[in-house]
Amino acid sequence: MAPSLFDKGKQKSSEAHSSSEQPWVEKYRPRNINDVAHQEEVIRTLEKALQTSNLPHLLFYGPPGTGKTTTALAIARQLFGPSLQKARVRELNASDERGINVVREKIKGFAATSVGQPVEGYPCPPFKLLILDEADSMTQDAQNALRRTMEAHSKVTRFIFICNYISRIIEPLASRCAKFRFKPLHLGVMDARINHICSAEGVSLAPKAMETLGKVSGGDLRKAITCLQSAVRLRGSTVEPATILDVAGAVPGGVTTSLLAACQAGTFANIQEAIRNLIAEGFPVQQVLLELQTAVLAEGGVRDLQRARICHALGEADKCLADGSDEFLQLLSVASQVQQTLCSTA
Amino acid sequence: MLWVDKYRPRRLDNLILNKHIGEHLSQLVKTGDCPHILFYGSPGVGKKTLVIGLLHQIYGDGVEKIRVETKPWKIQLPSRTLEVELTTLSSNYHVEMNPSDVGNNDRHVVQEIIKDMAKSRPLDIQGQRSFKVLVLNEVDRLSKDAQHSLRRTMEKYSSACRLILICNNVSKVIDPVRSRCLCIRVAAPTQEAIMSMCQHVAGEEGLKLPEGLNTRIAAASDRNLRRALLMLETCRAAKYPFSDDQPVQLTDWELYIQEIANDILGEQSPKRLFVVRGKLYELLTNCIPPELILRRLMLELVKKLDDELKHQAAQLAAFYEHRLQEGQKHIFHLEAFVAKFMSEYKNWALMAFG
Repeated sequence: MAPSLFDKGKQKSSEAHSSSEQPWVEKYRPRNINDVAHQEEVIRTLEKALQTSNLPHLLFYGPPGTGKTTTALAIARQLFGPSLQKARVRELNASDERGINVVREKIKGFAATSVGQPVEGYPCPPFKLLILDEADSMTQDAQNALRRTMEAHSKVTRFIFICNYISRIIEPLASRCAKFRFKPLHLGVMDARINHICSAEGVSLAPKAMETLGKVSGGDLRKAITCLQSAVRLRGSTVEPATILDVAGAVPGGVTTSLLAACQAGTFANIQEAIRNLIAEGFPVQQVLLELQTAVLAEGGVRDLQRARICHALGEADKCLADGSDEFLQLLSVASQVQQTLCSTA
Repeated sequence: MLWVDKYRPRRLDNLILNKHIGEHLSQLVKTGDCPHILFYGSPGVGKKTLVIGLLHQIYGDGVEKIRVETKPWKIQLPSRTLEVELTTLSSNYHVEMNPSDVGNNDRHVVQEIIKDMAKSRPLDIQGQRSFKVLVLNEVDRLSKDAQHSLRRTMEKYSSACRLILICNNVSKVIDPVRSRCLCIRVAAPTQEAIMSMCQHVAGEEGLKLPEGLNTRIAAASDRNLRRALLMLETCRAAKYPFSDDQPVQLTDWELYIQEIANDILGEQSPKRLFVVRGKLYELLTNCIPPELILRRLMLELVKKLDDELKHQAAQLAAFYEHRLQEGQKHIFHLEAFVAKFMSEYKNWALMAFG
């Protein structure tokens, strides 16, 4: 990986004591779009754009932790350089007020101002960048208000929208942008990045730890790095797979097996007791549901129809949990349905 | 002072339960690095105690000089000025609050306070800590909006302000927030652990606690240490010296729900439903959370049912609890649950007994 990135990190740590407290996610955020892992198509297109200094409006979408914000910030940096970045780039995210009024006043105001003099050493194309992070949490009204603004000021301002769910961006906005999908990272790519951080921070991974890290993060590099850092903070510089499972909030395998056993064997009292203990231990129920699904699918002697019914129940419960329902009641309901399904002959 | 507070450990080193978590936390602080932390676990397992210990470990004694303030916050929104009043507990180093108290405006308040804290960095003469800590209780009751707005704020102001979040139900905390925190699961103490803690407290108070009573308190406490200690103190107030067969006093609302359950099982008719509704209203006006009422009511009903009906009761409760979260008026959904259950029960009784 780029050694320049590294040296920078070191310089900083001597400057300010706060950089050791910086989360690794921020510390190792790539500053250059070439360093963004695993999004080759996106990077190639953007490099072209950098060379020609011409950029369409952009829309980045994809699951969390795949490098969307990083790419946007890196483009801004490479186009304008640190000195001009303040004047030319404006970043707005969900933590800023972004109602329709802000769109009408602030965004329009920023978009309408003309650009100043370029500086040496950077392409400095004659437009400004407006990065709207977490754009899926903008209201429909606010998005609608942007439509005309985007077109009217496209000479001096380019927009970058970043979101997880493209379906939440209204069609008129999406059609004005070049869309880029960021895909989840697979294990090999993640390994390289994690190894890089490990060697920079003096962390050694126990065998299997990398595999576990990949499994718990599910292609989310930020999650993987956060897990790694948490594990190091908790247990020191040698990272064991068990520590990673612990900090990632994963549910140990025994828990779901015993829950499933209670469902298969017994009466209602069995599952009630099993679930009472499970809740008291404080395991996150959404995770339990996921593991339960895996367990049910792997279980022999369950007919397809039964499996389908159980999966249906799991899905319903997951939705309810996402809506903020009580964990105990939902899990009890699921377990009761599983028990009924498994014990019925139909 | 209540025993619960009197015997609450104030240092990480003095912890009896969750000792291993305490050790990890103090190791964490020793390295000079404190990430954002999210504690989750059921009520009464010692989350708050861990936070108190952690704060002391970071800042030393100064953190115990606490002042309670009810401050009106004036927040300038683009369209209007928002005025909210919020009670905060703070020391020179940290601020603690229940953001969900302000309802829909929680988002603005959280941001305003964090920005405020980030502006005024603590001037520490020893220069050891350059950040303040914001403790947020009941994060699971923060609106989704507020949680989303935390995402970037947590990263942006991380050098000046660390967050400690506490919640019961981790499913209600959105993923992006979870992935930015060091999540620590606090498991509930086992029944034996609760018994030994009760025995310990009784010993400190110079009381003799018979084994039989202790077992029943631990069983009734539902693995909640706070509840167990409160029950113990109630027993002490009711009668001392303790006798082995002394009844463990349940709280009023639990008894009341038991009564409701008996009403429901006694007769299933619109007339009875009317009576039950009155009682449910009574509970709601006494600020018992509706989720808790439903959960408790289901558990009470289940005690006296056949297995087949138990399944139905559990599934109905889950269904109506979900409705309750989505809806506005809690009483409708509680009552719907009762009505539906009554009808199912009656059907079953007709089938079984003709």
